Formats: sequence, structure tokens, C-alpha cells
Amino acid sequence: MKYDLVIIGAGPAGMSAAVEACNLGLSCLLLDEQPRGGGQIYRNVGRQTPKGKELLGPEYQAGLPLLKAFELSNCKHVAGASVWQISAQGEVFYSVAGTSNAVTAEKVLITTGAQERPMPIPGWTLPGVMTAGGAQILLKSPGLAADEAVFAGCGPLLYLVVWQYLKAGVKVKAVLDTTPRSNYLKAAKEWRAALAGRSYLKKGIKLLRDIKSAGIPIYKEVNRIAAIADEARSLGTVSFCTPKAELQIETQHLFLHQGIIPQVNLAMASGCEHHWSTQQLCWTPKVDDWGQSSQQRILISGDGLSIGGAVAASLRGKLAALQVGYENGKLSVQQRDTRGQPIRRLLAKELAFRPFIDTLYRPAEQFRKPVENEVVVCRCEEILLKDIKSAVENGCMGPNQLKSFTRCGMGPCQGRQCGNTVTELMADLSGNPVEETGYYRLRAPVKPLNLSELASLYDEH
Amino acid sequence: MFHDISHASRQPCVSLLLDGKSIAVPAGYTVAAALLTQHRRHNRTSPVSGAPRGPFCLMGGCFECLVEIDGVSNRQACMVEVREGMNVCTQQGAGELTTDPETLSYEV
Amino acid sequence: MMNTETVDVVIIGGGIQGCATAWNLAKQGISCVVLEKDHVARHASGVNAGGVRRLGRHLAEVPLSQRASEIWPQLDELLDADTGFKASRQIKVAENEADMAMLSKRVEDVRAMGFNHETLIGQQALRSLLPAVSPHCVGGILVEGDGSAIPYKTTTAFARAAQRKGARILEGHPVTAISSNGNGWEVNTPQQTFKCQALVNCAGAWGDKIASMVGDHTLLTPTALMLMITQRMPRFMEGVVGAANRPLSFKQFHNGTVLIGGGCQGFADRDNNQAQVDMHGLARYAKNACAIFPLMDQARIVRSWAGLEGVTPDKIPVLGPGAKPGVFHAFGFSAHGYQLGPVIGETLAALVQNNPLPFSIEPFRYNRF
Repeated sequence: MKYDLVIIGAGPAGMSAAVEACNLGLSCLLLDEQPRGGGQIYRNVGRQTPKGKELLGPEYQAGLPLLKAFELSNCKHVAGASVWQISAQGEVFYSVAGTSNAVTAEKVLITTGAQERPMPIPGWTLPGVMTAGGAQILLKSPGLAADEAVFAGCGPLLYLVVWQYLKAGVKVKAVLDTTPRSNYLKAAKEWRAALAGRSYLKKGIKLLRDIKSAGIPIYKEVNRIAAIADEARSLGTVSFCTPKAELQIETQHLFLHQGIIPQVNLAMASGCEHHWSTQQLCWTPKVDDWGQSSQQRILISGDGLSIGGAVAASLRGKLAALQVGYENGKLSVQQRDTRGQPIRRLLAKELAFRPFIDTLYRPAEQFRKPVENEVVVCRCEEILLKDIKSAVENGCMGPNQLKSFTRCGMGPCQGRQCGNTVTELMADLSGNPVEETGYYRLRAPVKPLNLSELASLYDEH
Repeated sequence: MFHDISHASRQPCVSLLLDGKSIAVPAGYTVAAALLTQHRRHNRTSPVSGAPRGPFCLMGGCFECLVEIDGVSNRQACMVEVREGMNVCTQQGAGELTTDPETLSYEV
Repeated sequence: MMNTETVDVVIIGGGIQGCATAWNLAKQGISCVVLEKDHVARHASGVNAGGVRRLGRHLAEVPLSQRASEIWPQLDELLDADTGFKASRQIKVAENEADMAMLSKRVEDVRAMGFNHETLIGQQALRSLLPAVSPHCVGGILVEGDGSAIPYKTTTAFARAAQRKGARILEGHPVTAISSNGNGWEVNTPQQTFKCQALVNCAGAWGDKIASMVGDHTLLTPTALMLMITQRMPRFMEGVVGAANRPLSFKQFHNGTVLIGGGCQGFADRDNNQAQVDMHGLARYAKNACAIFPLMDQARIVRSWAGLEGVTPDKIPVLGPGAKPGVFHAFGFSAHGYQLGPVIGETLAALVQNNPLPFSIEPFRYNRF
């Protein structure tokens, strides 16, 4: 079966694109690996508990009408689908419950969204260390919280989850804020952006006030953090430094966060060109105004373009659908542009706040490029910083040579948890700009795939 | 320890085996959520060093939460919902190979 | 004005053939420069399956392969590096009587040439060597003392050793033009010009293009040969395994990952340095792997890739002098050039110096098509 549009990812961008595409009369299939629509940000919004609705707030609940519109649309939704490859010929290969499938698409829209930026501190591989995003996922589904947890890092999500814990009646043991002091001054220069996003700013300030009033200790300008094991070789203590002190806190739960970055694996493996964003310190795809990538069949939308938040993602998804509608002959160029205009206005408003947030919460160098030699950089293969330095001394110039020398990036996560770190580290160590250093050369399958699943593809053909 | 804060009634429960021990877990939980509420901190040992590893990102992108489910190794616990009668085991290193592939089920 | 440099030999291509040649020449005091358009081992020589085998070679290659197999175990010491070479057996599995008959004939032919490395084995021997092999397999050919190595490491080892002996290896130097100047050759890159007495063409999937530049026309098809690798698995096999009648090359590394290949083609775009995998071809590997080793059903593929390689119509390389004096070709290894690297380096060094060869390279003439 050939679809006008195959969308990958059921977050706000994907769902909005699907609704818009179906309204235009396009045949549409959406593949998503989760059991239900919503992506990460609107996870479980269709079946949330009353308590959950209360603490996750109105912005989360805003996802419900979108989910409903998506479910009511003509878009075919395949849940539990793990996409392995998009071929240049427009074949999309995926599997569901151990069975492989291939569909053909005229156009493919990648809306796989974002992931946590890796935060490689000593001991971050100990059981008990997770991401703040992970903590929020558990809050959303099935509704779990950890006792006596320490939250560490920087960025709006960190404080949001702490606040949500507070609302859930779960006290957080401490917040270790790694925002460098110099960021505040630089962010003040972005006052126009702050003004443009003042409603978000107000919410953020209220969050911080509530957290402070609850008596949760907040340590600022934290410049070093280490996770230390207990006798069970799991997390037992967090040690950290501020400019004034060296401290330790006992805990079994450490949630790390220093912002989110686009998930690049599917887009890169499909040949879409990317470039390094110095504003957001991550790889972003090269696209035109509508999301058209450097690969003719592929558009990209949502937080996978650059981090903009759920509302921006939804708007971007609509723009991509309009473009596909136009290319498919459902819209004239004038119709596309006319419909796109108000969307672009709203999008500009949403994105206006970004320069302020990106500057304020720009992660400190030592948390992006670790300095301790024993830090695990590649979690899957346990490649340490000192192994990487040694490879560079032996002539290794970039991430792909590093793979050949050390196996860094060759594990099942396919570079997701180490790629950003390795890019910046290798750029530093080799003395080359990041753009030139590049990223892992990614290939299919984009998620690990059972050989039996792959073999079943041969049977069908 | 992780505990349920939803104040929601969690019926029905499913019973499953976790390293041979029978446990009851609310339907709709992922295997990862089940492990965490059972105070299980690690779900596997690293094939490189043998170090214990636990769930990390909870969204399918880190491959830390690998467990053996119904005889199949390398299943991501955060991506699989619990089912009645499921047999979940801590994964040691690279996992085990069953010599009888006919018995394997990839049911989600 | 372009910077001009004079050397004895210019080698085009920094894969294993080019780097092995550079080392052989440099250690004999012959000045040479390797011009590599990307970086050393960027293409086939960096991403192949690493098989070091005499097993199953075209009869014309057997004497060369035998000589290479004598060098391999000494390479770590000769190059003062870790090539990753490990001696291990190679087995080609027969699944039925027809396969066995084919393999039996092959062993006879090889023995008739005076080479005894290939042995026919029956089902019992096969099962004791490969306990995890599917019960339907009836036997195969065994070669002890073959092995495998790590292609990236080996090629880099040759390159470094060559540099230590005075060879220069220039990466990011594509050859844009070649002309003869009466007393040798002039080779242009965007950065500079080289004058040399002898020119060695080890340009892999681009070998025919370089050959055309010196007026030697030959037939080569650029192909993208695919491989895939699994997550770590418990150790269940030793050695490298192929199948008599299906594309399959199969080996488990010490760290437990399993590499699967066998010659299935993806999509090659050599002008853009691109090699894309074809999922349907990989599905075929998967089917073959599971047929020979049923427990591979449980394996998980983490990555696939394709390397650009040149394939000739008869699937044996172009090796030997060109039409004009001072030109020597070594390309078109058709997915099995890696093991031959050490002997190709020796051979080209000998040809450049007009020294006799211990075997015939007549079957590899560039103009045989």
C-alpha cells in the first residue's frame, strides 16, 4: 500500500500533521513506538488519573483535544511500531511485535522529537541515576514518584518536575542547579526575548517561588557533581561542589537534566544533512521553511528541528502537512502560503522566547565535556574519557575513527547517549570546529532489530 | 523507592514472575515501572564489565533497562507493558541463548 | 604556481593495497607518496568483514593467497602494531548432497594444484567444530590456520609502518589528472603536483577511472557490499563460517558481537562516496544466518553498513602492468582483497623494480575483458 504521507512519531508535531494532512484529503499513516499517542510531552494524556491531571497542569491537558482530533481523523495509526529505515525509494521498514513490515510513502515526515542531552558525570551509570525527563515520564505513566530524590542540572524541565513532585506531596531532598553564574548576565541581554515569552517567564518564577517556600534546599552554581556507589554498587551518595563548599547528600535517586536536544538518528541515517547549532549546542537538520530536508522524500518537524516546545511543534507539524498537501496537488501555492501565514505568526511568537531560555540555561562546559578521566562517556561500551584521549593521541581525528579505534558509539543505543558528548569532546581534543568534526555516520537499523524480524521481510518478498 | 502517587484505584492487577518470585503489578504498568516499584534497582549486568545497570531514560533511547522476558533477552523493560503470567528475569551480561527458538514469543 | 615534488613512486589509494605497497617500497629505500582522496581505510579496506582466508578462492588466486597466509601471522611484529589478526579456522558449510558434491570437486581441484589447505569434512566433524550449526547441514570444507583481523587496524598499521620508513601518506588528496612527461609520470591533486618514475593504481572502486587517465581501459562495476553486526551475544562459535550455496559470511568476535555479510549488494554511488544498504538484501543475510545457525533468531542487529568496492566481470582483480611503462594496477578485488593485502604489497614492489614474481599474474591482466 502506498501512502501520500507516512509520519513517524505521535507527539504534538506528528499528531497535528496527521490531522491537517487528513483534512487535506491525503492518505496518511502514522507509526509510533509507544502504545498510545501523545509522544513524550503528552504521554498518557488520554488516560490520565485525576491526581495526575492536577499536578501535570493545563499545558499538559492541552494535549487532550489534539489527541482526540488525531484519533478521530482518517490517519491510520500503528502503535508499537519500531522504524528501522527509510530508503531513498520511499520504503519505510518497521516492525510490530516481532513482525516486519514495509510500506511505501510518497513523502515521509519525521517527528521523532527530542531526547535528554547527555550529562556525563562520574558515576552516572549507577543504578538509581536517571534523567529528570525519565522522572516525569514515570509521573505521567503510571504515576510514580521517588522518595528523597536529588535533582541536578539546569533548564526549565528540572524545576518543573521538582514542582510537580511537590504538588504530588513528594518532597525533593535537594536541587543542585548547575546554571553558571555568567549565564544570568548574558540572559539579561536577551530581555526582548524574555519579554516576548513573559507568560512562560511568570510561570517559571512562580514555580521557583513555590519550591523555595516549600523549604527544598537549592544549591546554586554547582560546578561539579559525582554519583557515588553504595555496597550494592548502586547510587548511595551524591557529592558536589559549589563555589563555597564541597558537600555530600545521601540518596538512592538522582535525576539529571541539562536541556533536551533533537533525536537525530532516523533523520541522519536517512541521509538528511545536519548542521551544528551553536545556540542550542546540538545537531539540527537543514530544512527549508516548511520542514523539507535535504532528502527529497523527507520532511522533518517538531522538536526534531530545534527545541521549541509542544505548541511550536504542533504548529510546525501543520506547516509540514500544508507543504505535503501542496506537493500532492491538494493546494495551490497561494492556498498553502495563505494558510501558512497565521501559523507562522503564532510560531514566531512561540519561538521568540527561545534565545532567552537557551542563553540562561546554556549548560556549563564541564558538564558537556567531562574533565575527569574515569568518566564513562559511552555507556553501552563503557568507554572512558581517558580511552578517548588515548585514541586521539594515536591519531584519531573524529567520531567515526573513534568508533573504529575504541567501539565508542557501537552499542545498542547507537550513539544516542554519547554522540553529543563525543562530538564536542573530539572537536576540543583535535582542535577542529564542531561542524567539521561531525557526528557518527549513522545507518539502518535505526533501532536494534531482531534477526528473525529482518528475515521475515525476505519471506514476504 | 518509587511509589504510586496517583491515588487511583489500581485494579486489575496481573501476576507475573520476577526472577522466579511471583509478584502482583497493576495492569498498565510497564515492566520497568514494575521493577522500580518492587524496589529492584538494577535489571541487568553490563556485558562489558559486569557492573549492575538500572533504567535510565525511561523512553526507549538508552537500552539500559534490558531484561529477559519470556525467554527473550534484550527486551526494553520501559517499552513493554506487564501481562498476566509474564516471566521476567534479570539479564546477565549479553543474555542467554535458548537452543529452542520455537519457544520464543515476541508478544508485546 | 603549483608546488611540484619528485618521488620514485606515486601510489593512488590509501586502502590496504596502497598502504601495503608503500610499506614494501619504503623499507627498501624507495621513495613514495600515497595519494588518498578521503582518509586511510575510508572505504572497502576499513569496513569489510576482516576475513583472512585462503578458503574458496578462485584457482588463479590460490598461489597469491597462500603466500599472503605466510605473512599474516608475522604482521603484528613486522609492522610493530596490533592488526587484530587471530588465526582461526574457516568453514564453508554444505547443506545437502549437491553442495557436498560441489565442495568435493573443489577440494580435488585445489589439491591437484599442489595446495593442501582445504579439507572436506563430514557431518560429525562439522557438528563437533560448530555445535550450534543447524542439524540439516551435512558437512563442508575446513581450512585450519586461516583467520580474521580488524580491517581498520591492519590498514592503519601498514600506513604507519610505511610512514616510519619514510613513505608519505597524504589524505584529502584526490588525483585530478595524470600525464606522461617522457621520463615518467606527472600526477596532479588540487594541492600539488608529483613527478614519479612509477605509478601504482590501488584506487579500489575508482580503479577504472584512474586506469583511464593513463589510457588503460578496463571493466569495473562499483558496488556497495553490505555487512551487519549484532549486539553482544554469549559465545557460541569459533572461526569464520560461510555457506556453499548462499551468500553468507559469519563470525563471532571475542566480545560476543556477530558479524554477518556475504556479498549481497546495496546501492553504490561512488561519485558521492555513498553506499546505502538495501534492507531486502540484509533480510536475505538474516534468513541465511538463521538457516545455518537457528539460534541466530535471537540475535539483534545494531548496525548495518556498506562499503564501496570494485567488482570485475570475472570477480578476480586487475593486477599487473598497464600498457605504458611505469604503470601498475591493483584493484577490482571484488570483495575479497583484504587477505591478499600483504602479498599485493610485495608483488607491486617487485613489479615496480622489475623483479621476478614467484607466481603467474597472467589471469589478472587489465585488458582481458
